[in-house]
Amino acid sequence: MKFEAPGAAYSLKPAAGTTDWAGRLGRPARPVEACEKPGSVYILKKPAAGDNIQDVAATTRKAARTTERYMTNRAEVYDVAIIGAGVCGANIARKLSQYELRVALLEKEIDVSLGTSKANSGIVHGGFHDNKKYLKARLELKGALMFERLHEELDFPFERCGIVVVALHEDELRTIEQLYLQGVENGVIGIEMCSRERMLELEPKLSPDTMGGLYAPSGGIVEPYRFVFSLVESARKNGVDLITEFAAALARRKDDEWILTALDGREIRARYVVNSAGLFADTLSKAFGAEDFTIKPRKGEYYLLDKMTRAKPNRVVFPVPTAVSKGMLIIPTVEGTVLIGPTASAVEDKEDFSTTRQELEKILQSARIMIPSISETDVITSFAGLRPTCGEDFIVELSAKVPHLVQVAAIQSPGLTASPAIGEYVKDLLKKDGLRLVEKPDWDPYVDKVRRARDLSPWELDEMVAKDPAYGDIVCRCERVSEAEIVQAIRAGHSTLDGIKYVTRAQMGRCQGGFCAYKIIKILMRETGMSYEEVTKRGGGSYVLRGEL
Amino acid sequence: MKQLKFDAVVIGGGAAGMSAAAELRSRGYSALVIEREEELGGILLQCIHNGFGLIEFNEELSGPEFAQRIEERAVALGIETLCGTTVLEIRREGGFNVVYGVSSKHGGLRVEARAVVLAMGCRERNRGNIRIPGSRPSGVYTAGLAQRLVNIDGYLPGKDVVIIGSGDIGLIMARRLSWSGCKVHGVVEILPYPSGLTRNIVQCLEDFGIPLYLSHLTTNIRGKDRVKAVEITPVENGAVRFDKSFEIPCDTVLLSVGLVPENELSRGLGVEINPATNGPWVDSRLMTNVPGVFACGNVLHVHDLVDYVAEEARRAGACAAQWLAGDSPSRELRLKTGSNVRYLNPAKVDPDRENKIYLRSMVVKNSAVLEVRMDGKVVKSLKKAHVQPSEMLSLTLGPKDFADPGQMSANQAVQVEIAIV
Repeated sequence: MKFEAPGAAYSLKPAAGTTDWAGRLGRPARPVEACEKPGSVYILKKPAAGDNIQDVAATTRKAARTTERYMTNRAEVYDVAIIGAGVCGANIARKLSQYELRVALLEKEIDVSLGTSKANSGIVHGGFHDNKKYLKARLELKGALMFERLHEELDFPFERCGIVVVALHEDELRTIEQLYLQGVENGVIGIEMCSRERMLELEPKLSPDTMGGLYAPSGGIVEPYRFVFSLVESARKNGVDLITEFAAALARRKDDEWILTALDGREIRARYVVNSAGLFADTLSKAFGAEDFTIKPRKGEYYLLDKMTRAKPNRVVFPVPTAVSKGMLIIPTVEGTVLIGPTASAVEDKEDFSTTRQELEKILQSARIMIPSISETDVITSFAGLRPTCGEDFIVELSAKVPHLVQVAAIQSPGLTASPAIGEYVKDLLKKDGLRLVEKPDWDPYVDKVRRARDLSPWELDEMVAKDPAYGDIVCRCERVSEAEIVQAIRAGHSTLDGIKYVTRAQMGRCQGGFCAYKIIKILMRETGMSYEEVTKRGGGSYVLRGEL
Repeated sequence: MKQLKFDAVVIGGGAAGMSAAAELRSRGYSALVIEREEELGGILLQCIHNGFGLIEFNEELSGPEFAQRIEERAVALGIETLCGTTVLEIRREGGFNVVYGVSSKHGGLRVEARAVVLAMGCRERNRGNIRIPGSRPSGVYTAGLAQRLVNIDGYLPGKDVVIIGSGDIGLIMARRLSWSGCKVHGVVEILPYPSGLTRNIVQCLEDFGIPLYLSHLTTNIRGKDRVKAVEITPVENGAVRFDKSFEIPCDTVLLSVGLVPENELSRGLGVEINPATNGPWVDSRLMTNVPGVFACGNVLHVHDLVDYVAEEARRAGACAAQWLAGDSPSRELRLKTGSNVRYLNPAKVDPDRENKIYLRSMVVKNSAVLEVRMDGKVVKSLKKAHVQPSEMLSLTLGPKDFADPGQMSANQAVQVEIAIV
């Protein structure tokens, strides 16, 4: 099929002002200008009169997927380049966007938050698991308190629902007491020891074998990838350049600057560099000739349960921790599904996100000990994430071997909780290292709030449809996501099926895309001008379609 | 916000919804069909193969032809339709059932209805539901999604295909993809017998030389970006023989591992669900526990043939019309599943009229007998040459089967049981 104009062919609906064979009238395409944000790497070009539509579509594709803006800024020197757009890199980028600095956020994948930040428990921890002698505990305590404000500014799903730790034996009650004392010493607000009766009152679905436990009302839940997307959006709004598909491989010093070379040969120059490359922070560090440490991936596998499950608790349910792990949890996510896991197994391959039969079986067994009504019929998907581990503590420090490099490595649990504090901490380290920080007078901490069909009453939805009819086309039935939200996500630069999924939740529900994937493919093709061969699940070789009839 | 009133609102414009609405109209009641897609017909529209309508129309039709026949009849009878409209919620408000919906054309909608017919159909079980471990590359599709992509949008999901599960849609897709130049390397079924209809095994696999691996479990999906291979492991006497695992290289995996009625809207309304069918519990009128709310088609239980769906939906429409007229059965008997019966639908019978019962066997059996027992006494028996779980059975029970009605009314707790022996 050949397209006549972007937005006309491949459209689910007839073109504006025309009718299709069934007599349905098309509506005007939404204006393309809306997506031309200043400071954006992703620019969808508006066709001008006389342009060859094919050329425009091709340029649009290129701009949407690669780094056209970077190419025009080849000679520019960044003040700070941050390697890795996970939750740490994103927090650091947003923090630095407050100051008069040229900042580049470099990501090797096609979209942000596709590594460890995507697949984790999504918990704002309660501050009682670790002693304050650890940097990770101090950053956790500080970071946990920053979430209300970030939530207000950045519009990502967050809820301070509380955490309970369940003791099923007398022995475990003694560990509970240790955790309680540690929490008190750490200054955790509202932490309490609970009797069996109190625990079952808080969480009636817990096993009748519950002996007692710990309750930390300050613990919470967050959608980790949405947190990263919002942080990156905010950073970009305030002038940070996001450069995706930039796999930094080499670094050299020249004229008091770092020159970073990507696998594809592109180069970036920067005065300061932050290595927040997650699982690959060790190879990056070596590329800089800096510290020699080894990041060992530890795999965590999860099951996701349908919102309709009867086993959903009100708070995050923890078992009593062991020496190596916080154990397998039952997490009521902000969006209503229930997450169970993670397992913990050391693996070799940093790109091995596969799940295994043995580990998955452990999850159900372990979760059922705490909440017996958990059923395998509620499982909608399973996934795995890799924790980047290296010793017991985080590594957040200036390199002692090379100049102007900040190492942000080994950020495993409670990394998500600590990440806002890591942003502040890295800013302070850079300042200490001589980076001049001048606050921007016009820094805008807020991002535009997206109206989501699933949060609206029929009356509110009626009003939204009057403004933008695409709110009336529900594309994803399971999570109730409208076409308008999908188009907004695409225009914000998310050009893969997974990217759209994590931003909008479309394909994330019980049918896992069975009903809506083809609709999203068509919208993606219509909005970006991609051909069917260019549509991928998450970039690289993850193409979705392999031929036309 | 638009406000509407109808005697009956039918949710879903597939074969079931259209048939139920047509029946309501033919009995003089106003009926509105709400369909989320842009046109009526439901999943039939992507089923371009034939084999539909042998019972309903006495001829062999394709899916779209079958849908068209039903639509023409319903439209001629004067049903109202709202396409491109998603139902958001059904609520009880002041004795009415109120349906809330939204569409890009009309914005929010509020429809008051005395009766509601649930006809939302079913969804496909997916990889997560059957918990296949491994990586999560692209190239894993449910068979129905692949069918939609090929038959309506004209795209091929891949070239080298392995199909997991021997459900009918998977079998049909094995044939469809072979015709389109793809190589189907095999169909993997965990059970020792196929889940699809025998005619599809013959016409879609045997005629194309596609191997069917019975008693085989899919134990892994490999590939980083795109599927590279699936790992298949034989199951022998209930034991998974990992020592005998083997791999089939492929770039595409299609899943045809069963269908689940889509009852999220029903649950929101407080409709009770039968765990054996994942559909609502219904009485002899196909009415759920919520007064005036009826269910039919694949939302009630998954059918083998659309012909059965249309028949059941007509019955639901007729019962809804009788309920609107104020008629209700004077008594009902609870039906119990006896030996070897997975489920029965409906779960109650009205002994004063003819009742059509659909049921599914739990076993594969030759020369089986369907027995209806009342208080342990066999009142009816039917011989079946062959029964198997994938082929739905039906029977009718009428007043003549319930002998001695006097005794029955005295003893309301009478047990009616259907068994396969």
